[in-house]
Amino acid sequence: MEGSQQIINLLVVGVTFALYIGIAIWARTSSTSEFYVAGKGINPVANGMATAADWMSAASFISMAGLIAFLGFTGGAYLMGWTGGYVLMALLLAPYLRKFGKFTVPEFIGDRFYSRTARIVAVVCLLAISITYVIGQMRGVGIAFSNILEVPLTVGLVSGMFVVFIYAVFGGMKGITYTQIAQYCVMIFAYTVPAVFISLIVTGVPIPQIGLGSTMTGSETHLLTALDQTLVDLGFTQYTATEGGMSMLNMFLLTISLMIGTAGLPHVIVRFFTVPKIRDARKSAGWALFFIALLYTTAPAVGAMATWNLLDTLIHDRQNIGEPESHLSYDDQPAWMERWAETGLLRFDDKNEDGRIQYYNDANEEFAQMAQDEWGWEGSELTRLDRDIIVLANPEIAGLPTWVIALVAAGGIAAALSTAAGLLLAISSSISHDLLKGVFTPNISEKGEMLAARLSMAGAILFAGYLGLNPPGFAAEVVALAFGLAAASLFPTLMMGIFYKKMNREGAIVGMLAGLVVTLGYIFTYKGFMFFPQLALLPDNADYWLFGINPGSFGVIGAIANVVAAMVVAKLTAPPPAHIQQLVESVRVPRAD
Amino acid sequence: MSDSGNQVTKDRGQYWQQNLKIIAGCLAVWAFVGLGLSILLADFLNNFSIGGYPLGFWFAQQGSIYTFLVIIFFYAWRMNKLDREYDVDEN
Repeated sequence: MEGSQQIINLLVVGVTFALYIGIAIWARTSSTSEFYVAGKGINPVANGMATAADWMSAASFISMAGLIAFLGFTGGAYLMGWTGGYVLMALLLAPYLRKFGKFTVPEFIGDRFYSRTARIVAVVCLLAISITYVIGQMRGVGIAFSNILEVPLTVGLVSGMFVVFIYAVFGGMKGITYTQIAQYCVMIFAYTVPAVFISLIVTGVPIPQIGLGSTMTGSETHLLTALDQTLVDLGFTQYTATEGGMSMLNMFLLTISLMIGTAGLPHVIVRFFTVPKIRDARKSAGWALFFIALLYTTAPAVGAMATWNLLDTLIHDRQNIGEPESHLSYDDQPAWMERWAETGLLRFDDKNEDGRIQYYNDANEEFAQMAQDEWGWEGSELTRLDRDIIVLANPEIAGLPTWVIALVAAGGIAAALSTAAGLLLAISSSISHDLLKGVFTPNISEKGEMLAARLSMAGAILFAGYLGLNPPGFAAEVVALAFGLAAASLFPTLMMGIFYKKMNREGAIVGMLAGLVVTLGYIFTYKGFMFFPQLALLPDNADYWLFGINPGSFGVIGAIANVVAAMVVAKLTAPPPAHIQQLVESVRVPRAD
Repeated sequence: MSDSGNQVTKDRGQYWQQNLKIIAGCLAVWAFVGLGLSILLADFLNNFSIGGYPLGFWFAQQGSIYTFLVIIFFYAWRMNKLDREYDVDEN
């Protein structure tokens, strides 16, 4: 990388870091209410924006467009799963939990089910979900630093952790919320600017959401039609068709699992505790989805257009795929290709030694055989195409100025830090508020609890930083686990707590455990106990999956197990006491009694 | 005194029933668009197009998200109205 680019990159990231620290100093906290729920004083639109930053992780920012480009139509499962969950949260959870009016998700479960055991089980679920999730964010910080900024991982990670430390330990939820608003702005700007330009280049339309459905510049052909055709010519399946990617059943179940899982993520639910009123909680969920949708409806356009750009660079003449001259010569590679090949995210191999790059689907045996016999192709020569490159290389592909590249780095880091901070707050408040104040040392003073909250936040940051530097081998698998667990444990229990007055302590505890065991059991059967592959009981492929269900799509089955177990146990045991039934009544009505 | 207490309980019961109906309606749309049009019926809908988008593909990657957004804001508006009708809104 050139020295001047490096300086601009570090300057842009440095400015954003200074901004976050400035906000932290301004938004210091002094009470537990401010630390846990920002004093319930956040404007609903501002809270929506903070929720969007909280929610959109490094994976959403860096990896999602590439994932969709790779899957085509079925990639919609992620788009719909990760947005549709907000409907469930807005209709089934947010207003009622806001009315309940306390600080944490396990606190609601403990009070509603009049049981410390239930509260502890909820804390265990929360910790399992949030810790697995935070590992992914640390990895995102690492990618942004080492691949874009070319700064050693340790330096990048430590400076990132330092910034989070400043605003999360001193500012709590209040500091995190106002920083997240700034981070959202950085993130959405960094995402949409390259997207607008790539849309202009490919289709001449400045709005990517419309560009994706438009004709290509200087042509009567629609972008998606050309993309479908070219992929088929290269032995792949059509981009927009329903076959390919994953089976219909798995797409259906994955979508539902991600929706329920999204609605059950404690670090997102707690955001709706921070607004002043119940009507704010309802509206705020809509604003959150609005700000999320700006990125989520852009992502499919980025995915398809960057894929198209790549194909267009590799293939000069789409009408004559078989001709040697139709394919890019190794000597003519654009600069961005060479640069990204250096990072290892992109890799070529001139298998048939003709000096040209042939990219096609060599897993399609019929097509590969034909290509070998007729054209002398010896296998696809694009041997590695990391999905992350779709977003990371976008500004260079579109030929944008250097500061935009720096902006993408800052955006990726903002996405990772904002989500990490939200998760760390959920982790630390479940320790200081649910375990210490709630269970082990109930007589702790407010001052003592504040100190405990700050200390557990600091501890959680160090722990996450350690995991970031020494990522467990299963880092890639854990996101599915987090959603599966949230779907199977917390969401059904919260929902039954509000909508089924007769649900009792015993039912809730057995239900949560059943959901947890069923989901973990299924995932571990195929992925190995604690993700050690050698401990897997069955091979992880469709032939061995129960009814062909992918372990990543299994959360909804765990949720059903939770509800069934809870219902059966609740019927067999004593109903909840009268004051609990009154609590449910009061949670259902906005006006205070 | 007990009469008015019963009246309040009855009204709140009705309020809750109304809320459940609204939720059911919203979730029906949610499921029909998010799971029906975007997944189960997508293959069929891909025979039609909206601009250069095959329709099923559009629902799966764009339309469903817009629909979710409308549902949430509709629910917020409808519930705020219901709160006032049953006089249970926040002061």
